[in-house]
Amino acid sequence: MSTRADILGRVRAKLNRNPDNAATGRAAIEATLAARQQGPRPAVDTQKSALAGRLIEKSLAYSSTVDQVATAAEAPAAVARYLAGLNLPLKAVVWPALARLDWSGSGLVAEARGAQDADLVGITGCFCAIAETGTLMLCGSPESPATVSLLPETHIALVPASRIVAGMEEGFALVRAELGQLPRAVNFISGPSRTGDIEQTIVLGAHGPYRVHLILLTAE
Amino acid sequence: MSTDFRARRFKANSEAALANPVLQANMKMAKGKFVDKRAISIKEIDDFEGTREAAKALRNQVIENLDLWLEMFEETATARGATVLWAKDGAEICRHVADIGRKHSVKKAVKSKSMLSEEAGLNLALAAAGIQPVETDLGEYILQINDNEAPSHIIAPVIHKSLDEVADLFEKTHHTPRKTEIPALTREAREVLRSHFLSADMGISGGNFLVAETGSVALVTNEGNGRMVTTLPRVHVVITGIEKVIPTLEDLSTLMRLLPRSATGQSISNYVSVLTGTKAAGELDGPEHLYFILVDNGRADVVGSEFQDMLRCIRCGACMNHCPVYQTIGGHAYGWVYPGPMGSVLTPLYTGIENAIDLPHAATLCNQCGVVCPVKIPLPELLRKLREKQVEKHLRPWFERIAFRVWAWMASCPTLYGIGTWFAVRYLKWLAGGKQSIPVLGAAPEWTKGRNFPAPEGKTFRELYARRQKP
Repeated sequence: MSTRADILGRVRAKLNRNPDNAATGRAAIEATLAARQQGPRPAVDTQKSALAGRLIEKSLAYSSTVDQVATAAEAPAAVARYLAGLNLPLKAVVWPALARLDWSGSGLVAEARGAQDADLVGITGCFCAIAETGTLMLCGSPESPATVSLLPETHIALVPASRIVAGMEEGFALVRAELGQLPRAVNFISGPSRTGDIEQTIVLGAHGPYRVHLILLTAE
Repeated sequence: MSTDFRARRFKANSEAALANPVLQANMKMAKGKFVDKRAISIKEIDDFEGTREAAKALRNQVIENLDLWLEMFEETATARGATVLWAKDGAEICRHVADIGRKHSVKKAVKSKSMLSEEAGLNLALAAAGIQPVETDLGEYILQINDNEAPSHIIAPVIHKSLDEVADLFEKTHHTPRKTEIPALTREAREVLRSHFLSADMGISGGNFLVAETGSVALVTNEGNGRMVTTLPRVHVVITGIEKVIPTLEDLSTLMRLLPRSATGQSISNYVSVLTGTKAAGELDGPEHLYFILVDNGRADVVGSEFQDMLRCIRCGACMNHCPVYQTIGGHAYGWVYPGPMGSVLTPLYTGIENAIDLPHAATLCNQCGVVCPVKIPLPELLRKLREKQVEKHLRPWFERIAFRVWAWMASCPTLYGIGTWFAVRYLKWLAGGKQSIPVLGAAPEWTKGRNFPAPEGKTFRELYARRQKP
């Protein structure tokens, strides 16, 4: 007997599975999937300005930094300002989805590709952002490779205000509505990488970025 | 079953732990940190109790139809290009991973934390198969370079170690000047492990949840190593228990309000990855091959049993963080993969009740664990049931069995009971010699090892009661 048959067989025996209750069980599963029952939700004010306010507040609490400009066209200048302020090189890897922006106009050398180990700065957009916890939701695709938010020491994310939602549930609902199915990699990112493994002392930059900087696009 | 039954030596283990000043100092320093953070973070949830109830209900719903949910997960995961394998025990996990490694010519595997791989003793098996295993969770890495030491906590594996011990270990292993600052040590580990991430052919992870609706695995980490091992290598192997299935992404959202808060007191972990299928056409990263190994290792037999509640467990560690016994002796004394109250239930269930006789007794039944459990597992009740099982199976020591039999016989015979206790209280009073307590009780030397036996005042309850009845 295969291991699969053995394990499932024992589970079925324990559950007294028979054709009748199997049919009932399948119906219950279909009902569960159709209902998409949500658990209790913390109250989140869903007015546009309140969502942005909460995203900023929670992002700061998670050791991210936040800047605000009106449109994506202003983002390259904001990125250049941020990097110069930290004495970081004006050189970055960007999502191919953001290659259209005029990076060189702000003095940035931006390469649109997946990130490599040597890249110090990675610039991404986001699929949406979650106000409840100050979380970026990134969906992987050829235009939005996951490495850009992972390998560089500094991660800068452009967040259109119209893409801020209340909770994870709304993020998944957007995926269903816009992408149909889950992309291979959905990454929820809340602040820089961290560890507390040595003496429960929090240190930023365990394996991923040391810094996460959000640029909120208020008019987008 | 890959265990040397260290759990059998719980008493000796815990005595050694209590006598170890370094461990005691480290445990004292860690004490309360997770507890305080959790207490603050659960206040952010308006209806925390309701959320716990919802989580309990959704976990129960899966366990009650586990066969059907597993079939569904297998179907959805396969439809997205994953291969689903099944493993009865640790040995079969090791065989699967070695086979996958051979098939894809794997030389090096980077690992994100997987308690299942601890259950299987996977690292040794990988090395034997010519695959270099590299633990990448900072804590797990520290343990690996310390001659494959076992973790002492499921979330904070090196909670028992001090900064000094880690500094010594890094100096010895990395041949670098000794560093004494935690950020510098973390940076050193980052640099060492980054090169492994980039050169590994296989990533091995656990799975916090398997989402049946989408065929996805959800991975929760703070360090980002979970993302690394599932993004960079060509092959990704997920090793997870059959009980980890949840129905929908909505259920994942609910559980994610509980898991990080219960574990480390965070509102959310830094990285939550929901991974589905293999690298898509044109994608620049992600594994070309994805395997799920769904593991039984004792779980199937718990389904439908009086211990079924335990299968709800989401491995947050809140029960051990709040356990007065765990806080005192640390995790190693428990002798297997899972310490604390959840371990005291899981170890006998998964490795055999006769192999962990002391664990169900390693609890004061104070119910701190039950109160904080995010999925409302009645841990003290399960520990009590395991104690009952030991009695039913005649696994208790002969002295205890005879003592209880004599007690039961006397207690069912009021005259005899009266005479027996009449003598007992007078004997104990004499033994106390006018003091309030008895330091060493000959009949129960273990009991008085760490405490005194309170001395009776010389009359039985029945004598006193009879006296008060008179007008």
